[in-house]
Amino acid sequence: MTMIREFGKALQGLWSLAIGLGVTFRAFVRPQVTVHYPRATVDDANLRTFHGHVELVGKDDQSAVPRCISCGMCAMNCPSACLTVVKQKPPKPTPEQKTAMEEAEARGEKVKKPAAPKDPARFSYDFSLCSLCGTCVESCPADSLRFSNEIYQAGFDRKDFHFDLLARLRGQAESRSGRTPNPDPSSNPKTDKGGK
Amino acid sequence: MTPPFGMPLELFTIFLALALLAGFVGLNGLVLVYLERKVAGHIQRRPGPFEVGPHGLLQPLADAVKLVGKQLITPRCADKWLFWTAPIISFAPVFVLFLPIPFGPMLTAMELDLGLLLILAFAGINVLALCLAGWSSENKWSLLGAARAVAQSVAYEIPLLLAVLAIAFQYGSLNLSTIVSGQGAWPWQWNVMVQPVAFFIYFVCALAETNRAPFDLPEAESELTAGFHTEYSGMGFGIFFLAEYANMIVVCSVATVLFLGGWNGPAAPGVWWFLAKVYLLLLVMMWFRWTYPRVRFDQLLNLSWKWLLPLALINLLVTLVLVKL
Repeated sequence: MTMIREFGKALQGLWSLAIGLGVTFRAFVRPQVTVHYPRATVDDANLRTFHGHVELVGKDDQSAVPRCISCGMCAMNCPSACLTVVKQKPPKPTPEQKTAMEEAEARGEKVKKPAAPKDPARFSYDFSLCSLCGTCVESCPADSLRFSNEIYQAGFDRKDFHFDLLARLRGQAESRSGRTPNPDPSSNPKTDKGGK
Repeated sequence: MTPPFGMPLELFTIFLALALLAGFVGLNGLVLVYLERKVAGHIQRRPGPFEVGPHGLLQPLADAVKLVGKQLITPRCADKWLFWTAPIISFAPVFVLFLPIPFGPMLTAMELDLGLLLILAFAGINVLALCLAGWSSENKWSLLGAARAVAQSVAYEIPLLLAVLAIAFQYGSLNLSTIVSGQGAWPWQWNVMVQPVAFFIYFVCALAETNRAPFDLPEAESELTAGFHTEYSGMGFGIFFLAEYANMIVVCSVATVLFLGGWNGPAAPGVWWFLAKVYLLLLVMMWFRWTYPRVRFDQLLNLSWKWLLPLALINLLVTLVLVKL
């Protein structure tokens, strides 16, 4: 009986080999899925599913201003500490406003100090540390972060991957509004060299 | 007929055939390298070599130039003589192997009554070359590779011989031309229909004898870095490489002669049918390589001793009974 069972197992094994051949033959005749990079690039439909580094999302009415409310949730939740969010300071009151405020205070009224704008003063991102886990994207309460479709990332220096996301958003808004007639990906200000 | 240079005609044709075969083997090496990379590319749904020349056609040539240009290094403690004899021993028998193969009705380098025996005898020399290469390299990976090569080759030689013997009994001849002319033009008249088991055993053994995947244990680049040719640089490795491809053509040619009707074919029999069948078998070998993972060593030996050998014996016995009936 064991012999018959062994034969059965052998035939089963042979059949599985034939199935394997079928799988690779189908792959052989199917069209290739890679592109010849310098001559052709990946089309937009395929790019849409690509998760590159994170980037800021602009407001619906002002695309150059991020939706970000500078709460710092992303930086707090980031396991690799690659995000830095700096809040804006409240604007200094002009001398007239100052005197007006002092007078109001002297009258015993409740003074309303000018509030800081919610969007961040600086939003820098170190892609060389990022593990693309997406925790920042998930934790953002304002939906201001998303993965970019930037696949052609290359640089000569680690500093090339320190991005100023605010500058990047402004560049994207500019190229979308048509101020630069030929949007060239390399002209996008994506690095913050010298901490600018 | 007076042959040139006062040589006997037989000798002259053999020299001419050897020169042509050298060109054929070299050219085939280039074509097969290109083909293998393209097959691998298409199975993995990528283009394969594409940059050098139209559709990457000049890539194997560029590879060859690079390989020839590399420095030849002998390891410090290696046995220098054996180390450099090994690639020559591995390549030299290839020419002998091609001699008795009938490429076409008139295209045989040397008409031999013992052609099949000659091929089987000289095919074994390759193992000696691998053994020498592994031993003389003074390197444990090479040595392990050589040991595996010997075990594998000895194991698979026996079922291969038995499978071939069944065909020889059927025709009562070891002359390859006789075996080819005994088969008809159409596929159902070929030996593969009469002896499918023998063909199966032969092809599996041929894969193992030429160290092709899934039986590429002697060089096993993931476990033994490159097995017996770990220490060979430049053309030292290149010759082993070329010999492997030449051996692939030999085993596929013998399979074509014994099982697929050789140069016989519908419409116009000739060398093109022979080459088409050989290349079809080579493509199947490449297809196998990019489909199957490498077997483990005990699986390799079990397959040979426990399955192929008894199967070949039974096949041989059945053939004997049927021939004598």
